[in-house]
Amino acid sequence: MSGRPLYFRAGALIFGFAFLYAPILLLVIYSFNASRLVSVWGGFSTRWYQALWQNEALMDAASVSLRAALASGVIAAFLGTCAGLALARFGRFRGRAVFSSMIFAPIIAPEVIMGLSLLLAFVALDAPRGFWTIVCAHATAGMCFVAVIVRAKLESLDGCLEEAAMDLGAGPAAAFARITLPLAAPAVIAGFLLAFTLSLDDFVLASFVSGPGSTTLPMRIYSQVRLGVTPEINAASSLMIGFVAVSLAAGALAARLFRTR
Amino acid sequence: MSAGRGSLVERAAIVLPFVWLAVFFAAPFLIVVKISLSQAALAQPPYAPVFELSEGLGALRAGLRELSFSAYAALAEDALYLRAYLSSLWIAGLATALTLCAAYPLAFAMARAPAHWQPHLVMLAIAPFWTSFLIRVYAWIAILRDEGLLNRALAGIGFITEPLHIFATDTAVLIGIVYSYLPFMVLPLYSALARQDPALTEAAADLGAKPLACFWRITFPLSRPGILAGSLLVFIPAAGEFVIPDLLGGSDTLMIGKVLWSEFFDNRDWPAACAAAIVLLALLLIPLALWERTRSAEPVGGR
Repeated sequence: MSGRPLYFRAGALIFGFAFLYAPILLLVIYSFNASRLVSVWGGFSTRWYQALWQNEALMDAASVSLRAALASGVIAAFLGTCAGLALARFGRFRGRAVFSSMIFAPIIAPEVIMGLSLLLAFVALDAPRGFWTIVCAHATAGMCFVAVIVRAKLESLDGCLEEAAMDLGAGPAAAFARITLPLAAPAVIAGFLLAFTLSLDDFVLASFVSGPGSTTLPMRIYSQVRLGVTPEINAASSLMIGFVAVSLAAGALAARLFRTR
Repeated sequence: MSAGRGSLVERAAIVLPFVWLAVFFAAPFLIVVKISLSQAALAQPPYAPVFELSEGLGALRAGLRELSFSAYAALAEDALYLRAYLSSLWIAGLATALTLCAAYPLAFAMARAPAHWQPHLVMLAIAPFWTSFLIRVYAWIAILRDEGLLNRALAGIGFITEPLHIFATDTAVLIGIVYSYLPFMVLPLYSALARQDPALTEAAADLGAKPLACFWRITFPLSRPGILAGSLLVFIPAAGEFVIPDLLGGSDTLMIGKVLWSEFFDNRDWPAACAAAIVLLALLLIPLALWERTRSAEPVGGR
């Protein structure tokens, strides 16, 4: 294993990751462009970030998005952990096949179909559309990802640990709280972060189920993008990317702390 | 662990997510089926309900007689829909093949990289997935436009004199899909390739197989579960994609996600949108069912 194959593999890695990251990098670089023309470099400037602060519509949308992401992330983490636990630990319960396919289906169902069906359900329920309908939609999509992550983590762990704890006199609740949950915590955190960012990023579901007064950041960005590329949108996008990068790093750090404890 | 105090909590752990998904995933889907069988109406909401549950069984029977397949009939008669479905499947299929070609070398290089690099490489491949889909598609507008970064760069090195018209064409949609869904293809491929025993190719090489023959006769066939899983993960969402054709495609780019969207938001024809959604779902279930069959037929399938 040397010579040409090595060059080929190094080249594949470099090209592959360049393709993945170059567009994002260009977007961030051009958010510091002094020129209003998006593809002509006119010197370094942070004027678009300052303009962002004054754009009240965008700031309102960001606050709606953050609150919705937090609420739906928490719900998704809770329900998804329950579901992952049920699939990994409870053996063959009645309805398990239906349960596991219901967890899997929202992950691959096209977003337009999910958005459409959720909106029709909210209309049928006569639920006022707005912030909470967005939260419910995002929690539904997010919980499935959490369930998959938590289930994979629990299945990779040894069930003997819980049995040993119970043999040593711990009740099921104590064994769960002191053995299972700490071991699954990194997966729960990772799942929460994924659900959080999915909600923060989602455009299609939110467009279907939101009502007047609850416009999310991606919806606002989309309506501006349709009018053309502007450096201000680059700045807003860069901030979102930075925010996600920071929360990812925080999540990785939290997971590492759990592991070393 | 099923006896004693735990069982009540256990039941709750099953019932809570189950009820949530029943209310927010299964029931909404049934409503879509129901509305697809209703008549369009100029009202709010814009369809004539087939039946109300509160009116009891008699109304149900009366309602069943009034089931309307007019939305489906309209789907079959309107050439726009047929073209939209065909072009969605074509674009999604082509994009899946291109994604496979782009992802395979990367996944292969990741799987053969030094072991202590691999978790970091996987992280690098997943990370773009965490940044906004919309933003990643948006980033390509600035690159692909006639006066965009790609054309300026190519003109700068004297490669072209006239700008390439990529933006607002199907090519731009393909690029957008390949780019957005690349991680979905890389990960299953990587896990299929990383699981392979290196002794297999070494043995083939010892027996005189050239590296290329080793690859085509050992590595590639063994990575088939990864190829299938990745292709489905790309093909299914891509076929229903709305954002990419809307932002990167031209006015002549026809994809069913876009048609469904405009049917719903612009024309406010809910039964038509629902019928279009049901047909799309039925089309997407075919590859999924085929996959299930090959998966259960193959003894060394991945999970």
